[in-house]
Order: sequence, then structure tokens, then C-alpha cells
Amino acid sequence: MATEVKEGQDIRNMVRTLVQNHGDEKAELIPILHEINRELGYISDEAIKELSKRMNLPSSHIYSVATFYRMLSTEPRGRHVIQFCESAPCHVAGGRLVWQKLQRELGLAKGETSQDDKWTLLTTSCLGLCGVGPVMVIDNDIYGNVTPEQVPGILKNYE
Amino acid sequence: MAYFRSHVLVSVDPVCVEKGAYELIETLQDELVKQGLVEEVQVLETSRIGDPETEGLDLMVYPEAVHYTKLTLDDVPFLVEEQFLKGRIAEQYIRETKRVVDEELSAPKTKEVRIVLKNIGEIDPLNIEDYIARDGYMALGKVLTEMTPEETIQEVLDSGLRGRGGAGFPTGLKWRFISNAEGEQKYMICNADEGDPGAFANRRVLEGDPHSVIEGMIIGAYAAGASQGYIYCRAEYPIAVRTMKTAIEQARNFGLLGDDILGSGFSFDLEVRMGAGAFVCGEETALMASIEGQRGEPRPRPPFPAQKGLWQQPSNINNVETYSNIPQIILKGAEWFASLGYKKSTGTKTFSMAGDVKNTGLIEVPFGITLREIIYDVGGGIKEDKKFKAVQTGGPMGGCLPESHLDLHMDYEALAEAGSILGSGGLVVMDEDTCMVDIARFFMDFTQDESCGKCTPCRIGTRRILEILTRICEGKGKPDDIDTLRYLCEQINENSLCGLGKGAPNPVKSTLEHFLDEYEAHIYEKRCPAKVCKSLIRFEIIDGLCTGCTLCARNCPVDAISGERRQTHVIDPDICIKCGICEQLCPYDAIEIK
Repeated sequence: MATEVKEGQDIRNMVRTLVQNHGDEKAELIPILHEINRELGYISDEAIKELSKRMNLPSSHIYSVATFYRMLSTEPRGRHVIQFCESAPCHVAGGRLVWQKLQRELGLAKGETSQDDKWTLLTTSCLGLCGVGPVMVIDNDIYGNVTPEQVPGILKNYE
Repeated sequence: MAYFRSHVLVSVDPVCVEKGAYELIETLQDELVKQGLVEEVQVLETSRIGDPETEGLDLMVYPEAVHYTKLTLDDVPFLVEEQFLKGRIAEQYIRETKRVVDEELSAPKTKEVRIVLKNIGEIDPLNIEDYIARDGYMALGKVLTEMTPEETIQEVLDSGLRGRGGAGFPTGLKWRFISNAEGEQKYMICNADEGDPGAFANRRVLEGDPHSVIEGMIIGAYAAGASQGYIYCRAEYPIAVRTMKTAIEQARNFGLLGDDILGSGFSFDLEVRMGAGAFVCGEETALMASIEGQRGEPRPRPPFPAQKGLWQQPSNINNVETYSNIPQIILKGAEWFASLGYKKSTGTKTFSMAGDVKNTGLIEVPFGITLREIIYDVGGGIKEDKKFKAVQTGGPMGGCLPESHLDLHMDYEALAEAGSILGSGGLVVMDEDTCMVDIARFFMDFTQDESCGKCTPCRIGTRRILEILTRICEGKGKPDDIDTLRYLCEQINENSLCGLGKGAPNPVKSTLEHFLDEYEAHIYEKRCPAKVCKSLIRFEIIDGLCTGCTLCARNCPVDAISGERRQTHVIDPDICIKCGICEQLCPYDAIEIK
């Protein structure tokens, strides 16, 4: 996720480059927000302000779009983002026990970020990997057929 | 096309990528270089082959059609030497699957008929020539050179093809509407926002046979008079997005997209748009709002997209699977397509099977097949030979059907009559250990969460239902809850703006109808018959069976279990959080759920 903390001028430059590459049509807003989210780990106020200027859109519109979609965040997230599939096929396949274990292991509830900014625990909508449920994604790594016993081992892979 | 004597297909679906599919490809390439075979053997990426649940990696070698399973990277040198240098099958690596012949792979399970899935796993999705070699883009050529737009529409209309996104509206009719609409610019849109939990057919088509979707869209655009198209794909499918982008680029390079396609004078171009995680964007008006860069909120219809759609211009939206059927309909004719299926539902339908069924995964069967055939013949029955309890069809807005409905012939109408929907073809099979109230609560939790909040019945109604169901599961149900639930279901269904709200009550309605006794047990007897709802169960250690091995006590996360070594242990119900770990661990089955 976010590799380094960027601020001020850096963010403004990044937004400017993105708008240059994508163009300033309104239809490009979501693709641009995706990229900001990927770069910073979330969409900061600074980025929204700059984007509003560059795309000639009210900040309120950008904020309303950014908060509508689950994969865009307006809050900072931890270094590693865990997304646990909360859909029925994973639930039926024993996902509930994995989810409980995950919460216990991390001491976090859904949507929370750990004190040390290491973890953010989220649920995700169906990833279409229902044949290997329960499924969870950590950053870009996908784990299928997860059992509660595997959880501590999987978490150990991340610094 | 370069000539290779052998082709190796390596599965790169997300699960295999996680297991190291790309490392396998790299190792294979290295080994082929080492043996001087790069000119003779081609390594191709494909979507899933084999059973994803087995350890290790899968690959297929053609023309022999040998399926190697459970491979590790260390197996590669020997495999390459045996298979490609010495030209003999490395029997020791065919660990589970016997030698597969071609016909068996294309028709792997009884009762399947593959139209939409015909190329999946058979071609390299990232190579347009593979698609062309299997009659790809022939239908487009036929349409552009031999058929008028009106004839194209008529052919699709005659085939009886209906929207595979779930609503089942006749595709040809939709195309006629947009064709007749007035507008400077018309848009052809593909709904690839497959958000229904448990449905993954579209993902597999997008990843495994992207050109069939593109070809279907170009044909549709020609019929409708559209010059620009969008594929709206959900962001949860990054590999599908990547594959589609590559496929579009290749089609453009081959003159199949862009200006003056195949010298016909017809121009059409295509772009991929990615969602950002909002279930409601699968609804067509919300989807268009999202392409425009807005919040994905539905709006009332009419005006329908065919009159005022994307940027207020006439637009046509079809689902991935719908488009993917089009080339075959054009090539083989409407009559052939209409000969498959049942009553008013022609052709085939893909179903994504998940849950407690032995063979999970994707199947394609003709309409009219019964649920029993799907679950027992194609699906292999219930896992661990437990008893079937219910099947939920059509995603979160579908209903749960009990055993008495297993002989129902699957088509749009029959499912609607039974109180469910065909939807996107998700099938979640549930065994006897499932609590139907808990399942209804679970689906409501989903729709309540995904409700965009624009209209009141859906926003507030789904929340009220969820509160009541949660209360029932916690053992705090009230006698009039069942009537209140029925009332809410009716109101939400009748008064919501879009399909999400209208369908949201289905899981509750259908479970109330078919599993009322479970609701009653929860409410009146404070008992969960399936022993799932935590507040209504307690764990007890059976005196005669417990050997006092202390395993449970050592693993209890809250230290609720006490007892001396070799003495019967006791669980303190006030401390127990009912996590179930002790029950899973006990080697003597001495822990009982009451």
C-alpha cells in the first residue's frame, strides 16, 4: 500500500500529473481517485483540494464520490490492509470462525487500524473466488481455503 | 502464427497466481531455454484448470492433453526432460487426474452444454490469434458483410436470448429500442460489475475468453448504431481488468476495433472503466452514473437507458454472459440457439456453485435442468454426504429454496414463481448444519450495507429487518416479529426504487415461507435447531467420554474450562464465549452443543 508518507507539495504534484495523464473530464474522477488511493493509501484532504482545483469540480462532489465507494478511503490506513471476504459462500464455508480468529489475533474490529499503524482490518465484498472460500486478501496477496489455525502463520509473513 | 509442436497451458487464475503460477512459467521458460526447446514449445497463460483445492500447481500439455497436477518448481526440470525432450508422458506427475483427452476437457461434467464457456481453459486469453483460430470474429465478419443492422437484431430476437444479468429481458428487443432511439451518439455498455456474492461466471469469461465479449459488443454496436462502448468492470477483479485491456488493444491492432472495422465503414471503439467497490453499481442506472464520475446511485426509470442513458444519450447495457452468447448465435443461427433450453428461456446458463456442495465451481447447463440434477449430478451431491437443506439462487436478492423445490426446472419464470430469482446464476448450497434465520440475517446484513441510501424503503426498511433478525438470533425475538417481518418485506419490495431494494426481502420472505418452524423455534422456544446461533446454544462436556486430556482447557481462549488431569472437565457457561474451539479440538467427541 502506501510506501512512504507524502505531503504538501508532493501530493499537489502527484495530483497535477494524474490530471495531466487522465485529462480533466469528470468521467476521469474515479480512475484518478483510484490512483491517489493506491499511492497514498487513502485520499487526503490535501489531494481533494488540489483535485478540485485541477478538475474544476467542487470538493464536496469529490468527497461525496470518494466516500461512496468502498475501495476508496478518506482515512489513513495501516501499512498492511487485510480484506476479509464477508460474502455468503465464504460464510457458509467456515468464514465466521476465521473472521473471529482474525479479530482476536489482531485485537481489531472491522474497520479499525492498529495503534502502530501496521494493520487495517476490513471486510470486502465478494472477490469471485468462492470455490476456495474462506478467502482473504492482505495488500495484494490472496489467501484461499483459510482456516482459523492458519491465521497466525499468514500474519507472520508481514513486517 | 508461429508453429509450435507442443503447447503448455498454465493456469493463472488468482488462486494459482497465489500458489506461484508465474514462478512456474518462469522456471518452465528457463528450462526450455536450457534444453533448446523454446522454438518448439509454447507456454501459454490460461484461466483455471484442475481443482484449485489441491496443493501445488496445474498445467496441461497439448496436443497430448495431459494434465499434470500437484507440481512444485523442483519437478519442472524432470518434467521438461521427459515430456518435451524424450517425448513421453511423465506418469509420476499425473498424481490424481488420469490422462485427460480433449473431448473430456471440453465437456467435463455430465449434462453440461458449453457456449459461453466453450473457449475457457482451451485458449490463451492474452492472444487474439488463439481466439481467431477457434472461429473468433467470424460472426463479426458475417454481420458486417452479409447482414443489415435490422437483420442482426431480428436474428438475436429470434434466438430468444434474454439478459443473463438476471432480469431476463429479451436482448433483441433491447437492441431494437436503442436502434430506434434518436441521438447523436449512442453507447454500448457491458455490465461486468459482477457483485453478487457467490457469482463468478463473468470473471471467468472476462479472464478466460475476453474476445467473445468484445465481439458480442461490436456486433451489438453495429445493430444499435453505437460508436463508443464501455466495459464497466468491478475493481475487485484486477486480473479481468488487465486481460480486457490487453484484449481491446489487440483487437484494435487487428483492425477489429476503431475506425472502419474490416473495411466495412463501421466504426466502434471500446474502453474499460473500473468500479471502486459498490454493489449497487451493478444496477444499470447506477452503473452509468459511476462511469460519468459520480456516486453510483440509481435513478428512477423511465426514461430508460435506451432513450436517455450515459450522458443523456441512448445507451444499451447488457451483461458479460449475454454478449458472450452473441457470436455463436450469429454463427450457428437463431434456430440452433432456440432449440436449447426450456419454454421461454432459450440457450444455456452458467451457474457458480458454492457452499456445501462437493464440486464447487462454474458450470454451464441448458435451461430447464432441475435443481436436483445440478446439485447431485453435476455438483456431485452434498459435502461429507450430509443432508441437503436449502439452496439459495441468484445472489443476495434471491430466495432460499428447500428440498421440496429440487425438481424445479430452472428458468426465469419458474424461479420467480418459487419466490426466488435466476439472478446472475449464483447457487449457494446449504447443508443441514445451516441455520436459516442466521442465513437470512446474513443476507440482510449485506443488502443493508450495500443499500446506497437514496430511497427510504430500502435504506430504513432493510435496517429494520436486520435489527429484528439479529434480535431473533440473539434469543430476544418477540411473538409479533414474524408479522412485522412479513409487512416490511412487502413494503420494501413494492416501494423501492431499484432492483436492489425490490429484491432485498427475498431471502427473508423465502425462509419465512419454507422454514417458518426455525423462526418459531428461535422466537418461542429460544432454541436454534441447527445449533448455530451463539446466544441460543451452550457447550457441555459429556461425563463418560471426557478423558481429562486437558487439550480443550489449554486451548480455551478465555479459560472457561477447568478440571484436573484425567478427570472430567467442566465448562463455565458464564465465561464461555462459544467460539467452538474445544468442540473442534476434542479427540474424543466429548463436547456437546446443546
